[in-house]
Amino acid sequence: MASNMFVVPQTRGTVLCCKCGISMAPNPANMCVTCLRSEVDITEGLRKHVTIMHCPECDSYLQPPRTWIKAQLESKELLTFCVKRLETDLKKVRLVNAEFIWTEPHSKRLKVKLKVQKEVLNGAILEQSYVVEYVQQDHMCESCTRIQANPDQWVASVQIRQRVTHRRTFFYLEQLILKHDAAVHAIKIKQMDQGIDLFFANRSHAVKFVEFLGKVAPTRSRHDKQLVSHDSKSNNYNYKYTFSVEISPICREDLICLPPKVAASLGNLGPLVICTKVTNNITLLDPLTLRQCFLDTEQYWRHSFKSLLGSRQLVEYDIFNIEVVSPEYNLGGSKYVIADAEVARVSDYGKLFYIRTHLGHLLKPGDRALGYDLYGANSNNIELDKYKGLVLPEAILIKKSYEEKRQKKRGKPRPWKLKSLEMEVDEFRGRGNEQKVESDYEEFLRDLEENPELRFNLSLYRNREYQLSEMVSVSDGDDAPSVPLEELLADLELSEQEDGEDGMRE
Amino acid sequence: MATRIQFENSCEVGVFSKLTNAYCLVAIGGSENFYSAFESELADVIPVVKTSIAGTRIIGRLCAGNKNGLLVPHNTTDQELQHLRNSLPDQVVVQRIEEKLSALGNCIACNDHVALTHTDLDKETEEIIADVLGVEVFRQTIAGNILVGSYCAFSNRGGLVHPHTSIEDLDELSTLLQVPLVAGTINRGSEVIAAGMTVNDWTAFCGSDTTATELSVIESVFKLREAQPTAIVEEMRKSLIDSYV
Repeated sequence: MASNMFVVPQTRGTVLCCKCGISMAPNPANMCVTCLRSEVDITEGLRKHVTIMHCPECDSYLQPPRTWIKAQLESKELLTFCVKRLETDLKKVRLVNAEFIWTEPHSKRLKVKLKVQKEVLNGAILEQSYVVEYVQQDHMCESCTRIQANPDQWVASVQIRQRVTHRRTFFYLEQLILKHDAAVHAIKIKQMDQGIDLFFANRSHAVKFVEFLGKVAPTRSRHDKQLVSHDSKSNNYNYKYTFSVEISPICREDLICLPPKVAASLGNLGPLVICTKVTNNITLLDPLTLRQCFLDTEQYWRHSFKSLLGSRQLVEYDIFNIEVVSPEYNLGGSKYVIADAEVARVSDYGKLFYIRTHLGHLLKPGDRALGYDLYGANSNNIELDKYKGLVLPEAILIKKSYEEKRQKKRGKPRPWKLKSLEMEVDEFRGRGNEQKVESDYEEFLRDLEENPELRFNLSLYRNREYQLSEMVSVSDGDDAPSVPLEELLADLELSEQEDGEDGMRE
Repeated sequence: MATRIQFENSCEVGVFSKLTNAYCLVAIGGSENFYSAFESELADVIPVVKTSIAGTRIIGRLCAGNKNGLLVPHNTTDQELQHLRNSLPDQVVVQRIEEKLSALGNCIACNDHVALTHTDLDKETEEIIADVLGVEVFRQTIAGNILVGSYCAFSNRGGLVHPHTSIEDLDELSTLLQVPLVAGTINRGSEVIAAGMTVNDWTAFCGSDTTATELSVIESVFKLREAQPTAIVEEMRKSLIDSYV
């Protein structure tokens, strides 16, 4: 009741529409809506038919001049695309609402109902809806055309090579690639003699892949390009790019004799070392002094030494006696204990060796171990010759052998499995090598079981076919190491689709 | 009877003419069509005078009058004033007034008994209006507009006002003017009523854009259907005789 002025309440009267005479509230045009609509058509001059290009292969629509937008029928992206095609028209009026009207997909017509507003006559705003029809013309987009014309067309290729006799590195690399999805853009993957070839449609994809490799392995790469075609008028040159990546031949569990320069630079590390871990750094361990060193990729390639003995040359030893000599050392997460051991080769029990080993924490009398037989080896190594007066140990043990326990489990499936990339196998290496490849793969799987840190970077999936009952029955105290169930990932239901996408082009 | 006419292709006939019960003023146009339209309707009843005011043709908006008198703005020339005095009947007093708001037709709306004026009109002007035109003067607004002379047109029988006038305002004005009022439009939805038409007690002239609906509204509110000019004029004569005696 604090108003100063008495204001008379105003009720709006009604007037007659000047055209049809029906009673209505007064508006700036003083015509009823129907008469106004019949007078003025705000959709005059707006396009009602538009042609759009559609690629039937990849279900995308052309936004001129060059972009192809992938969109499903009656989706939000398609609506945005359709409205965008009308942009010039919609500058004259204000768009209030847009929606699709259902059309038969085979009719190749899209209908969109648009509601627009515009000011007419003396300030009255009129709202009207109208339908725009889009005729869909089929036209293949450039990428589909290129793929159709030559499905094997690649622009960049990456050739990975490692000059060793086994393929363990490549199995591990395959799993790493799968985990990081590094090969999603690869058109084709080919398995070659000592390596893998990957083909990409885009140079930047290849560069990205080479960088990924540089992060996970000690690599050295070079690149080159080859002219395919060139347009002299617009000075466009099309090239084929090739990247050659070489992975260092040093692998885990290799025995290496360091060249004198390298040994000196690493602080006089005993010339015989074992390689314990390979990522983009190489970890070397001196088994007799338990000193660990890291070699950078660059440092390695400066000297590029080869290993003395590889995992193919491992021999089984029987342990008769162990005497712990030193306390437990913890080197970067792994424990080592130096011990003196009395061993003999399983193949020749006649000769006993007294050696020093770093596996004192693992081995007990009666165990079996795998190691390098330096006594019986005839090494033809330049570096070794450089060391005058070097006394070689007769044997160096590398790891414990679970061979006997594995015998019991032979033939039984593992509770976990790995996925693999789709690779084309080159015809040449087909024969004779199959057995080697299989045993290599088996070794690789065993490696995974024994080394938790190796599993760390990979994804292991639960094997649906494995029956739990079997695992329960076979349980003795001293079992062969296996992957605990918690580490396994549940496999996706759409496993076929996933496998199909691996290594396929996008 | 309501007639649709045009002045030189413009539908705003209320701008170029002034119609009262005693006389009719018409602007000088290029062709004689406008003048002859008025003449054919009114010739034997009231004088139809061709004139200009202040050298312009927008005479309908510059002057205000009824059967008793005519008020013209201060910029009317002497010749025009003389011409008007000569042409109009003697009972009609032609007066030139000194007023800042010189578009008297926009500021004053009147019939023979009541006048509505612009709220800012001078006091002297108000007195002159009451004196010369013989009317009761009320300062009013119509639908919030102060130019009452533009947004309403009324005669002694009825009136038409701006379409946005509220019902309360309509009632109030109707009480003041003592005639039935209706809110409506002219010339196909135009709100400037007095510019689009000119009216007296028995006839009205509207712009040619006026729709049939609007025309029927005008004819009904101004009661033009049964109007006979002779009846009105005779009444006027009677009153004249009365005053004479």
